[in-house]
Amino acid sequence: MWIREEWEGQTCGGETMSEWQTHEAGERIVPRPYAERFALPDERTGNGWPSPNRFLRHRPLAGKKRFDFGEFAAEYVIRGIALLSICAIFGIFYYVFQESRWAFRGGGESVQETAGAGSRGNENAQAASGAGQEEEIRPQTYGLPETAGESAAETGASGVSREADAIEEGRRTSLHSETSGNDEPVTLERLLLPNDIIDNEPRYVWQPISVVPKYSFVPLFVGALKVTLVGISIAAPVAILAALFMTTFAPRWLREIMKPAIEILAGFPSVVIGFFCLITVASVIQEITGATYRLNALVGGIGMSIAVIPIIFTVVEDSLSTVPRHMREASIALGASRWQTAWRVVLPAAAPGVFAAVILGIGRAFGETMIALMATGNAAQVSWNILESVRTMSATIGAEMAEVEFHSVHYGVLFLIGTVLFVVTFSLNAFAEFVVRKRLIKRFQGR
Amino acid sequence: MSDTTDIKISTRDFDLFYGGKQALRGITVDMYRNHVTALIGPSGCGKTSFLRALNRMNDLIDGVRIAGTVTIDGVDIYDRNVDVVELRKRVGMVFQKSNPFAKSVYDNVAYGPRVNGIRDRARLDEIVERSLRSAALWEEVKDRLRDSALGLSGGQQQRLCIARCLAVNPDILLMDEPASALDPLSTAKIEELIFELKRNYTIVIVTHNMQQAARVSDYTAFFYLGELVEYNRTETIFTNPRQKQTEEYVTGRFG
Ligand SMILES: Nc1ncnc2c1ncn2[C@@H]1O[C@H](COP(=O)(O)OP(=O)(O)OP(=O)(O)O)[C@@H](O)[C@H]1O
Ligand SMILES: [Mg+2]
Repeated sequence: MWIREEWEGQTCGGETMSEWQTHEAGERIVPRPYAERFALPDERTGNGWPSPNRFLRHRPLAGKKRFDFGEFAAEYVIRGIALLSICAIFGIFYYVFQESRWAFRGGGESVQETAGAGSRGNENAQAASGAGQEEEIRPQTYGLPETAGESAAETGASGVSREADAIEEGRRTSLHSETSGNDEPVTLERLLLPNDIIDNEPRYVWQPISVVPKYSFVPLFVGALKVTLVGISIAAPVAILAALFMTTFAPRWLREIMKPAIEILAGFPSVVIGFFCLITVASVIQEITGATYRLNALVGGIGMSIAVIPIIFTVVEDSLSTVPRHMREASIALGASRWQTAWRVVLPAAAPGVFAAVILGIGRAFGETMIALMATGNAAQVSWNILESVRTMSATIGAEMAEVEFHSVHYGVLFLIGTVLFVVTFSLNAFAEFVVRKRLIKRFQGR
Repeated sequence: MSDTTDIKISTRDFDLFYGGKQALRGITVDMYRNHVTALIGPSGCGKTSFLRALNRMNDLIDGVRIAGTVTIDGVDIYDRNVDVVELRKRVGMVFQKSNPFAKSVYDNVAYGPRVNGIRDRARLDEIVERSLRSAALWEEVKDRLRDSALGLSGGQQQRLCIARCLAVNPDILLMDEPASALDPLSTAKIEELIFELKRNYTIVIVTHNMQQAARVSDYTAFFYLGELVEYNRTETIFTNPRQKQTEEYVTGRFG
């Protein structure tokens, strides 16, 4: 009961907490003690204890602490799950990263593998001889025995399904079989510098399945960049304008229909979008532009934008609707039109969110695989013409990973692409989160 | 009272509904040019609603309906031909809660002129300085014009909102408790400012402070539960009100 005494001593005793009591006209207003005015009968004490809540009793401050096992357990479970998910993300990254080491080591294990699979087609033979060369140069690159066994088992499992492809590849590569093939480990030079000369011009070529495999990152990176740029330069304005419209101009009934409709689009299977682009958009675009290649960066970019618009829209819409209503009103009251208000007040105030949304969209478009695979034509070439076919980094992984020889150089290179994708999206998001966003918040909120 | 040609704002049987809930009933009042009219009344009686009706800010709220007329300079502002944007340039408003933009102090004040097409740097500088001086804020912010307005104190923000409003050169100033967040010194400054401003503007001010109403206003309207109980010269309202409710309210024994 010590609390009650404390309260009375502090506030209810005298005139410390009082209201101005009203009296007859002309009379001075006189304060009356708080406790007196709120004299409620109290069961416990019988005196005029004024608390409106007589059901809650406090425990002594310095007593035994309450222990709630449910709360305790919940806290630790949540903590554990959170840590686990973070570990899982880093674990996946670590796996992708360390698998890409095979690109720099060469196909040590592919010898056993191809031998086990029964030396099919020229390509495998080349791979074997490549490995032979490899042995002379860097004998230490041979994997540990159990890795080899593992890879052999793996090939055994998937070997049958790959036979058809192997024959097909074998036929293609056999044209060049007179040149000595190799499966040399790649170097940064081979990844980034021109690796072929056609018509006296240095070229960047991605030809992983050939007698002399050529692994140039450049066409893939350029392809991904092109598709992403096309996609984002369609998606960002459309999504931002749609969100602006939705928060400032749309009547309520329209908002209530459109907002969930666009958000549902975010969960749309990308294979359906890819299919739609492949069949419909490609024809329309070819009709309009007269492009030579039916599937090209523009078609892929349009597909990307369909996938990315709902994401950008949702994030932008959220951040626009957190702009306080009174800021909007201030602008309207100064004689600004609704458009001026949206453009000059609401959008800048929501800039950090808009920026984050666009970055998120870029990340998504950069990593999007299915649409890229279906709608871009998949020809790895370096050109800035958006009407030419391209092949993106993610589509390359998607197309080739299923058929690649386990632990070959090609396999490593694909993982290397994965690592690059990971790093690019990660650093984009980190950039959005830590650098620009913080700075924008500071600028716009005076903190 | 004054000559009818001096009537700036006049309302007739004005009703306002938020959805099904009626917030104002049959308000009929004439407010005079170059005078200060104070709106007083207990919380929730519809002062803000009435003020916002005068520059059609209520249009922004879903489900608001009105009946009756509001005329400014003889024009029915709820007429279909009225350009609302133009109306709001003429009828400036300072809100109950200060609401600066998330921009610099300078850009806050320059916002109104800019949306009205003034681009010239020197002109903007002049407008900003004069507006801030008028709102008794210049000395405090002249060295931090480029800083975010959200970093100012509550009272400074309120004066910034007044400056921002003056910068678009309105005829009518609607002020919703402009001094509610200010210390006595800044309040005095604002009151002086209102006194100065009424030479050029018609001012309608909402206040909960009876002394303030008595000091700054020429006319006072007492609202209660969405109705206009009494409207008269301020001296009359404070010394010799006709209605008992008014007397009880202005003497602080409303119940
Ligand atoms: N946007 C709104 N939607 C619904 N009802 C509203 C809205 N704004 C105000 N009201 C109602 O209208 C009535 C009048 O409100 P108003 O804000 O005009 O009061 P006020 O006199 O300004 O009060 P205060 O002195 O507290 O500012 C209140 O009952 C309020 O609940
Ligand atoms: Mg109010």
